[in-house]
Amino acid sequence: MPATFAEKVLAEKSKNDTVVPGQIVTVKPDHLLMHDNAAPITAKITKELDEYGVVNPELPIIVLDHVIPAASEKTAINHQKIREFVNKFQIKNFFDIGCGICHQVVVEKGLGLPGKIILGSDSHTCSYGAVGCFSTGIDRTEAAALLLTGETWLKVPQSIKMALKGKLNPPVSAKDLILHIIGDMRADGATYCSVEYHGAVDSLDVQERFTLANMGVEMGAKLSVFPVDDITKNYFNTIGVAQDSFEVFWADQDAKYMLEKEYDMSEVEPVVAFPHTVDNVKNIYEAKGIPVNQCLVGTCTNGRLSDLEAAAKLLKGKKVHPNTRLLVLPASKSIYEEAIEKGTIKTLVEAGAVILPPGCGPCLGAHQGALAPGEKCISTANRNFKGRMGCKDAEIYLASPATVAASALTGTISDPREVA
Amino acid sequence: MKVWKYGDSINTDMLFPGKYCYTCSTIDEIKPHLLEDLDVNFAKEVQEGDIIFAGRNFGCGSSREQPVLGLKAFGIKAVVAESFARIFYRAAINQGLVLIESPEAVKAYTGSEEVSLDLEKGELIVGDKKFTFPPLPPEIKAIAEAGGLLEYTKKKLKKQ
Ligand code: SF4
Repeated sequence: MPATFAEKVLAEKSKNDTVVPGQIVTVKPDHLLMHDNAAPITAKITKELDEYGVVNPELPIIVLDHVIPAASEKTAINHQKIREFVNKFQIKNFFDIGCGICHQVVVEKGLGLPGKIILGSDSHTCSYGAVGCFSTGIDRTEAAALLLTGETWLKVPQSIKMALKGKLNPPVSAKDLILHIIGDMRADGATYCSVEYHGAVDSLDVQERFTLANMGVEMGAKLSVFPVDDITKNYFNTIGVAQDSFEVFWADQDAKYMLEKEYDMSEVEPVVAFPHTVDNVKNIYEAKGIPVNQCLVGTCTNGRLSDLEAAAKLLKGKKVHPNTRLLVLPASKSIYEEAIEKGTIKTLVEAGAVILPPGCGPCLGAHQGALAPGEKCISTANRNFKGRMGCKDAEIYLASPATVAASALTGTISDPREVA
Repeated sequence: MKVWKYGDSINTDMLFPGKYCYTCSTIDEIKPHLLEDLDVNFAKEVQEGDIIFAGRNFGCGSSREQPVLGLKAFGIKAVVAESFARIFYRAAINQGLVLIESPEAVKAYTGSEEVSLDLEKGELIVGDKKFTFPPLPPEIKAIAEAGGLLEYTKKKLKKQ
């Protein structure tokens, strides 16, 4: 029977010959991702952990990234409890503050691999579909149960086929493409579904695929996945992952889809998601001239080297407009190091950017770069919900790194094609 | 019993602001901030047995179970929505919070109808209209019957 990516992986991992959408199967995920929420997760099962232990010390991946360095005594205690848990149960895959944002770290460290199942207590766990991994978000309670049992149920999702054609015209980027797709699909257009990218994906590198996969959940998707091709394999070579350490799955040609869509990348223009929903997407022309108090380049959506470089290219030799401020967060330590070596960080700092530690920073409004009432921020993040950056009376606009950098130069939302 | 009615895409930041995620962990710390940026009266006035009606994509956004824990602790009998976001749906199953997906029932409620809900019978009555919802699949029913996923897991471990 022809099968989609999700059907193939779930059939294999649940030891069924075939599975159909809607069917509930039991699987043992390869990894469970947690971040700063590892403390509240383990606190739910303190007694059971003492009695039964962690089912497999290789299962958890813990990355401290959400509120780093600790912003208060409370968040410091949170980190302290996680370090104690890691030591007590000999958790191997632990990344302390400064390593980077959990999703970036999982892929960069070769833990997010093709054909693996990774469940994470974070909604953007769907990011690893960029490299052909079956990954999706769960809640804290489920993460706690997984630590004890190592298995859970998953419903086989319906699948959506996104056929891409053409090529993006820089400075139009993968971020503009995914915002364009979400604007079209709407915030719930792919709810419970597995979104597969087909067609001209070979014009997108792993960093760009990551941006697309990362935002799958913003249209409700369970997964968001790319085929494993030479681009993926070259990426694995550069990070030292052996080609025989994973198994590649992909959809059959005649697999059945709930919906098939086609997007011509050459027609995509710079776009902006207006407050307060991600699917409120408009052409840059409609946003031009809106004054912004803060500009943010970073987060798990757009904190990779190519994103910092796209911003630096526009800012080189110029200055951030005095009416605004620019915050930059590299998504990981290794990206940070590369950006230092290449001079990207120097360019950004000279232009007036404030560099924040590799982590989530202002993205979730828990610390750093919070907004005041009435302020507007243009950000490369993935969410612009009311209150997201700490203040319910502030506004967040989402755009590409180039658009954010162009806006930092003028102090108002600007088209990177006109500023460059 | 009061019905609270909200619109489409009520996301997790509206249900429980992200800024409290690492400072409020106990249920008593969570409750006062529930729906804070959406409806300031909710946490003050909600009573056990109340029902929430909402539009599409309820609970979209972050993996954040504080809204589920809080709604459950306040004794919300059910959330009836046109549709739910996936992680929220799963979190509700894991806490035993009842979610009913019924666009028809949401449309039938305009703000003044009498509402009653019989979970045993799987029946929701809005004004003079009756809506039925199907029983849970066995895997999920087992979790609900145990009183949530953690209770279910603890029982399972004890048996082994
Ligand atoms: S950068 Fe933002 S969206 Fe990404 S994991 Fe951190 S808080 Fe979540």
